[in-house]
Amino acid sequence: MMQYGLLVMGAPYSSPAPHSALRFAHAVLARGHQLAGVFFYHDGVHNASSLMAPPQDELNMRDAWAELHQQHAVPLDVCIAAALRRGLMDESEAQRHGKQAFNLSPPFELTGLGQLLELQQRADRLITFA
Amino acid sequence: MTTPNALLVIIRHAPHNSNWLREGLDAALVAAAFGQPVHLLFMGQGILALLKEQGSGAAGQKATLPTIDMLEMYDIEKLWVTEEALQGMHLTTDSLVEGVTLLAEQQVPGLLQQHSNILNF
Repeated sequence: MMQYGLLVMGAPYSSPAPHSALRFAHAVLARGHQLAGVFFYHDGVHNASSLMAPPQDELNMRDAWAELHQQHAVPLDVCIAAALRRGLMDESEAQRHGKQAFNLSPPFELTGLGQLLELQQRADRLITFA
Repeated sequence: MTTPNALLVIIRHAPHNSNWLREGLDAALVAAAFGQPVHLLFMGQGILALLKEQGSGAAGQKATLPTIDMLEMYDIEKLWVTEEALQGMHLTTDSLVEGVTLLAEQQVPGLLQQHSNILNF
């Protein structure tokens, strides 16, 4: 059994990276390995947007990640610096920056890059999807 | 020279065309700030990040050269550049910032093997 970590740096609907990452996550778990966490960085932060509204016959990536969390308790960490500059924020950041809306909520968590480095140390393999 | 726990950050994108360089350097700086030994490898268009006379890009875009200049302060002293990338762009080390180390592309697999932690931007 191995501990995997995933680094997702592509945006949904612009890049196939998150779709591949999600399939990889399910494959890892189906084979009895562990998934220590998923870290969203660069354009990957868009995966966390609760305002994405794709057509009904397309996968809602945000909800698909949330389901992964519900089923397997996989932490979903989002780089706060990459998120804020792209307009992704939770309620407390929205208040802090005087914004009228927020689009990030649990199970996604805003966190720092230190969390990515920690995930890389903890996991046997960190796999990048970009 | 295997350093346990060292992080190799690979930069393959030029400044200003995307945020890859900035966010790659951010990851390197954070790791260094946490006390992790950090080495940088510039490949392909990534070597353009090291041009010493570069400007700040299109209007409103923040320059990345000041971040490159800051690396030494964070004890990030290993800046590897592949010879092939330099030759491919008809550049020499004279055009680059101080302190880069050249290596041949065929040495890259060995470099990767020496690092258990790698991030690719």
